[in-house]
Amino acid sequence: MEKSFFLSFFGAMISTVSNFLLKMKILEKKTLADVSGIRITRIKILAPAIAAKAQAGMFIVLMVTETAERIPLTIVETDILKGTLTLIFQEIGFSTKFLGTLNPGDSLFALAGPLGHPTEIKNYGKVILVGGGVGIAEIYPVALAFKKAGNHVTTIIGSRTKELLILEQELKNTSDTFFVTTDDGSYGRKGFTIDILNELLLKSTYDIVYCVGPIPMMKRAAAVTEKFKVKTLVSLNALMVDATGMCGCCRVTVDGKVKFTCVDGPEFNAHGVDWQEFEKRNKVYCEKEKHICNLIIKNG
Amino acid sequence: MAKKEPVKVQECPAQERIASFCEVVLGYNEEEALKEAARCLQCKNPACIQGCPVNIDIKTFINKLTKKDYAGAYLTIKEKNNFPSICGRVCPAEYQCRKACVLTPKNSPFASEAAINIHFLERFAGDFGKDKVLSLSEKKDREKSSAFRVAVVGSGPAGLCCAGELARQGVHVTIFEGLHNSGGVLRYGIPPFRLPRNILDFEIDYLKKLGVKIILNFIIGKTKTLDELFKEGFAAIFLGLGAGTPSFLGVPGKNLCNIYSANEFLTRVNLMNAFQFPKSHTPINIGKKIIVIGGGNTAMDAARVATRLQKMNGFDVDTTVFYRRTETEMPARRLEIQHAKEEGIKFEFLMQPVAFKGDDNGYVHTMTCLRCQLGSPDASGRRKSIPIEHSAFDTPCDIAIIAVGLEANTLLTQAVPELKTNKFKNLVVNLKTMQTSIKGVYAGGDIVGGEGTIIEAMGMAKKATQAIIKYLESRHSKKNLKQQIPNSK
Repeated sequence: MEKSFFLSFFGAMISTVSNFLLKMKILEKKTLADVSGIRITRIKILAPAIAAKAQAGMFIVLMVTETAERIPLTIVETDILKGTLTLIFQEIGFSTKFLGTLNPGDSLFALAGPLGHPTEIKNYGKVILVGGGVGIAEIYPVALAFKKAGNHVTTIIGSRTKELLILEQELKNTSDTFFVTTDDGSYGRKGFTIDILNELLLKSTYDIVYCVGPIPMMKRAAAVTEKFKVKTLVSLNALMVDATGMCGCCRVTVDGKVKFTCVDGPEFNAHGVDWQEFEKRNKVYCEKEKHICNLIIKNG
Repeated sequence: MAKKEPVKVQECPAQERIASFCEVVLGYNEEEALKEAARCLQCKNPACIQGCPVNIDIKTFINKLTKKDYAGAYLTIKEKNNFPSICGRVCPAEYQCRKACVLTPKNSPFASEAAINIHFLERFAGDFGKDKVLSLSEKKDREKSSAFRVAVVGSGPAGLCCAGELARQGVHVTIFEGLHNSGGVLRYGIPPFRLPRNILDFEIDYLKKLGVKIILNFIIGKTKTLDELFKEGFAAIFLGLGAGTPSFLGVPGKNLCNIYSANEFLTRVNLMNAFQFPKSHTPINIGKKIIVIGGGNTAMDAARVATRLQKMNGFDVDTTVFYRRTETEMPARRLEIQHAKEEGIKFEFLMQPVAFKGDDNGYVHTMTCLRCQLGSPDASGRRKSIPIEHSAFDTPCDIAIIAVGLEANTLLTQAVPELKTNKFKNLVVNLKTMQTSIKGVYAGGDIVGGEGTIIEAMGMAKKATQAIIKYLESRHSKKNLKQQIPNSK
């Protein structure tokens, strides 16, 4: 009795401390796309406690250094045995570019999660997943989970140009039907993911649509699926500070009610989102962003 | 007997202090402390002690000050309050011990000027003890409790207090904090000009020296559940989750850009150091006309931070507090109201915002307000504010900060439905033991009482600590009993 008590006591203590010491280290890094000023990067981080709990649709919040911003990123993949999680991000603003400067062996200053509600995974029947740009990374874990739950999975991914397309093979392997579009026609079909979404819904009925991408794309997807009365979920990339429900920076109006993306989301009914408000709120620091990016250019 | 004049405390001049985040109140020096302590009447039945949520022996500690026994004064406070340097700075003394002081007339809504400046004396003793690194001897009764580990969730006032009390009794304490820095509202909410960071860091380091482990970036309810904590060998859990979720006004335009919750505004500045942007990467927007809505301490903090940001960014200081009642009903500390006024903050009383309007890009530029009048007292005893019909008017505003209160943060309670909550989503506890609806899980602070003061949170944490110790001791004797059974065979 006493012995087992002490074993669990010290065992737990060691595991808690070692989790704490080991976590937040970057193990792998890969550039997935790097063309005309757009770079998409994948990193694998050691974070056993978070990896053990992560489910499709959830996110983490991280800080690169003590002076950095807290930025939320969707968890793309986890490996519970190795205790790792994979993030994919576009180096688009100052903080994501800053994250992109880290290399394997470097550690983050802070990492917490998994946050937000997981995607509700069940057998809906026929599902369509739509991913645009770096949003493709976010539909990947959901596609895997939907497939595993027995759904018929149709995936549409799109990007500006061929070289920016990510996770094509992975998503192809996960999907029963698969489409690719590029804005410039350099690969797959020329045009937008939403064109294909519209065509599919005209031809057949589907039970749910899950869409992640740039705000204008999600907004258009919502407009199209509303016409066909198909339940549609979007995962919103709102600005956040603490990401635990404390500040309300990420608030968004859904079905006329104020919701916090961090604790009430990040997924919402696409037809209820006040897209205009959301789009504007996400640009609230664009001037500051320009300022900090210019400083970096000036100072090298 | 002619009463002596209260000793004024030294302060940094208003124009100087709004250009930085340096501490406003400089505190008493020895001479001033002695003079103020000498004013204490040493009442036979000191009401001040009852006025203190943790019942500090105020009479004794002031008496020790008058005898220059500063260490004795410090240790007297420490018996009841782990953080005199913090409470001496942030306690709303004018509503607590000083209001109860015999020098305050009966039925006064807050302390009179003549009341003993107990908080400044507490701060003096606290800083003395801190500088001399005095500490209470640890309780010797370690045998029973040191076999146990207790998890404390949240490192705000309640969590820190509970952790400190338990550690002093020999319990192994681990604090789990969700953010990347400890202190809770003391860090993200209270600005450094009211509570300098070195004071907070000192008190937290002191806990670490007592053996308290603090694990940051660890969100109980997400990273680990309560069940897992128990399975890992924690014998009891204390929840000091805080009142985390800001309320917004239910008015049109409430989500326009540059409308902040006070929590967001203060977190960006206090926790993320947005005032050092771009050196710190977290941005904050500053405007020419800043409006703060609310009448509590958070509203005062937000307004005073806003003023500093205006000054530091080369704007003219133009920050106005809009409150729906009058100054008398403001729940904020009188000292903070006075400081805010000195710093050039304007006040508009009997005002109720009804709408915000913005430009094409979604940035707020106008607030519409109704004028109000005071009606009869409501349930809380304060007079209700009643909007006057057809009194609407527009006022320019390019930053609005909403400081109208907080609700419970449901991050953990959502994840653990067995935790009983009330209609305000606060935890339901046994008020004698602070135990929640789950055995071995205790709670205190704002997650129980709703928005309260730091010292009230500490009071609850202390009560919980006593119950936790009892609980651990009962488990200890049960364990011994079980051990004895095989021996007796």
